[in-house]
Amino acid sequence: MTSLISVRGLTRVFDVSKPWLNRVIERLPRAFLTAVSDVSFEVPEKSVYALVGESGSGKSTIGKIVVGLVPPTEGTVEIEGVDLSRETDAAKVDRIRSDVQMIFQDPYASLNPRWRVREIIAEPVKSRGGDTEGLAERLLEQVGLSGADAAKFPHEFSGGQRQRICIARALASNPRVIVCDEPTSALDVSVQAQVLNLMSDLREELGLTYLFISHDLTVVQHMADVIGVLYLGRLVEEAPRDTLFAEPKHPYTQMLFAAAPRTDVFGREVDPPKGEIPDPINPPTGCAFHPRCPLAVERCSRERPEMRSVDGTRVACHRAEEAVRRFHAEKAEDAPAE
Amino acid sequence: MTREGRQGRANATPVLSVRDLIVEIPTRAGTVRPTDGVSYDIRAGEILGVVGESGAGKSMTGNAVIGLLDPPARIAGGEILLNGERIDNLSRDKLRKVRGRKIGMIFQDPLTSLNPLLTIGDQLTETILEHLPVGQPEAQERAIAALEEVGIPAARARIDSYPHEFSGGMRQRVVIALALCAEPDLVIADEPTTALDVSVQAQIIALLKRLCREKGVAVMLVTHDMGVIAEAADRVAVMYAGRLVELGPVREVLTRARHPYTAGLMASTPLASLGHRRLRQIPGAMPRLNALPPGCPFNPRCERAEDKCRQPPAPGLEACEGRAACWFPLTPDAEESAA
Repeated sequence: MTSLISVRGLTRVFDVSKPWLNRVIERLPRAFLTAVSDVSFEVPEKSVYALVGESGSGKSTIGKIVVGLVPPTEGTVEIEGVDLSRETDAAKVDRIRSDVQMIFQDPYASLNPRWRVREIIAEPVKSRGGDTEGLAERLLEQVGLSGADAAKFPHEFSGGQRQRICIARALASNPRVIVCDEPTSALDVSVQAQVLNLMSDLREELGLTYLFISHDLTVVQHMADVIGVLYLGRLVEEAPRDTLFAEPKHPYTQMLFAAAPRTDVFGREVDPPKGEIPDPINPPTGCAFHPRCPLAVERCSRERPEMRSVDGTRVACHRAEEAVRRFHAEKAEDAPAE
Repeated sequence: MTREGRQGRANATPVLSVRDLIVEIPTRAGTVRPTDGVSYDIRAGEILGVVGESGAGKSMTGNAVIGLLDPPARIAGGEILLNGERIDNLSRDKLRKVRGRKIGMIFQDPLTSLNPLLTIGDQLTETILEHLPVGQPEAQERAIAALEEVGIPAARARIDSYPHEFSGGMRQRVVIALALCAEPDLVIADEPTTALDVSVQAQIIALLKRLCREKGVAVMLVTHDMGVIAEAADRVAVMYAGRLVELGPVREVLTRARHPYTAGLMASTPLASLGHRRLRQIPGAMPRLNALPPGCPFNPRCERAEDKCRQPPAPGLEACEGRAACWFPLTPDAEESAA
C-alpha cells in the first residue's frame, strides 16, 4: 500500500510579535510561536490517520497545511506525490485541490447562512466549471438527508444535520482525502454517533482516506487505524490504534490516557496530572514534556529526543523503555484493586 | 465519602430540595416549558450529576435554583427548598443574600465569569466582605487561604494578578475559590470542565471532589459528559426535553439503565461499544420544546414505544420505582443479555 499523504519534517512558525510601534516603545523583541515542529508521518490510502492532542498541540495547523490553507515554514506535504506549495503545474495543483476536502468543527460557522443548501454543496464543483445538475440532491440523500432539503437555508437544520451538509459539500468534488478537524466536537453524544457512523459508511462505500483531528480519545479510538499523538507541536508517539491503547510508550500518552474520564469506572480516585501545557512561545529545552514528566532525567532537558521505533511504535522519548516498564508495573498494581 | 457516612446523613434535611419545578417561557409560538416537573434532593457532601444533551433543560434547572432566570423565563410552579426553607418566592434582595452566601456558582467559561478589570484578590475580598462578618485584613487572609485551597501556587504573590494573567485551568480554580470563599452549603457547577483540556479537566474534577468531601458541600454538577459524571458524581439525574427521565446512583444508572433514552445515550458513546465498527445510534433528534409530542417526549425515538406512550399523561419517575420516567422500562436482566 502506498502513502497517499506524506508529511516530512513539517514545521510552521507564526510571527506573534506586537505591532512595530509597541516593540520600539516597550523595547520588546519579536516573538515567534512554533505551532508545528518537525513532524513527519505517512497516511496510507484508504486508512484513517488520527492526530490527537490538547489545545496548542498544533493538530489543526497540520490539518490546514495538508489542505493547503496555510503554507509550511519548512518541510513538505506530498499528496499523491505532489507538493502543493512547490508544484508549478497548474493542472496537477487543481486535481489535488479537488482530491482533498475538509470538514470543520463548527457546523454553525462553516455554512454561509445566506446561501441555499444546493448552492453550498454544488460550489466546489461549480467553481471548477463542473456539472452540478442534481448533484446536491444526490449527495444529500447519500448523507441521510432528503433531496428536498436542497432548497432550504442552513438555519433550518440542527447541528447534526448541518454537519451532514458539510460532509455532502466535502464529497461533492469526489475527493480521495477528507481532513476532518474535530468533526463531532460541537455535537451531542447521540448525534455524534450518527455522524461517526455516517463517516464510517462513506469511507467503506467510497474508499476515502481520512486525516482525523480530535482531542477526544474515545472518538479517535473508535475511528482511527493509526494514531499520532501531538504535544506542543511535536509528534511524540505514533502507533496502530490497538498497540497504542494496549501499551502507550510515551509518558505524555500515558498521562493523557490516565486523565481521560471513563464511563466504566466509578468514583475513581485519580492522581491528576501535574502542571499544564507550557507556553509555546518559550517551549522547554530538549524534550518539550520534560518539566511534567515523572521519568525525566538530565538528558531530557538537554537533548530533543529523535523519533525511534520501539516494538512497532514510533516514539520520541529517551526513556520509552522505562515508561513501558512503569506502565505495566502500575497496571499490575491496579488489577487486584478493581 | 464512605457508604456509612452517606447513610448517616440520609435522615438529615437535604441541602437542596427541588419539588415539581416548572419553568415557563412565554414565546410568540406559545408557552414552552424548558423545565417541567423536575424533583430531586441533594444532601450535604453529595455530588448530584445532571446530564443531558443540549436543550434538555439542565442549565435552566440550575439557573432556576440560584434565581438567575433571564426574563421572560419564570418559575411557574413547584418549590425550591434550601436547608428546608423555600427560596423560590424570596424577594430580589433576600435572594441576593442567599445567593453567594449559601449557594456558590461555577460557570463553563472561566474568562467570562471573572471581571477582567479587577484583580482576583479584589473579587475574592468583595465576595467575602459582602457575605461574612469580617474586616478587610481578615478578608484578605481568607482570600489567600481560598486560593491556596484550590491549588494556586504562590497565592500570596498572585492575589494582585488580573484574570488574563492566568491560564484556563488556573482561572477555573479562581472561579471555584470565588464560589467557595463565602462557605456556601450548595455549589452549582454548570459544565465546569467543558472548556478545558483533558489533563486540566482531571485536575479540576479531583479538586471538586476533594472540596465536596472535606467541606461537606452539596454539589450539583451539570454536564453533558458521561465520563465526567462517572468519575465525579454519587447520583445522577438524566434529563430529556425538560423532564427528568432517570434518577439513581451513578453506577446503577450508567451500567443498568432503566430508561431507553439513558441506555441509548450510553450505547452511543464510542467507548461503550468498542470493538464494534458501528455505534448504536438513537434515531432522530431531541424535539423542539414548542413541538413536543403528546405523551412521553421520547416516544418518537423510542423502539419500545407503544400506544400508551403516545398519549398523555407523560410518565413520571414513579412509573418505575422512582427511578425512570417510563411506562415500559428496561429490566436490568434484559439489558445485560442484550449486551
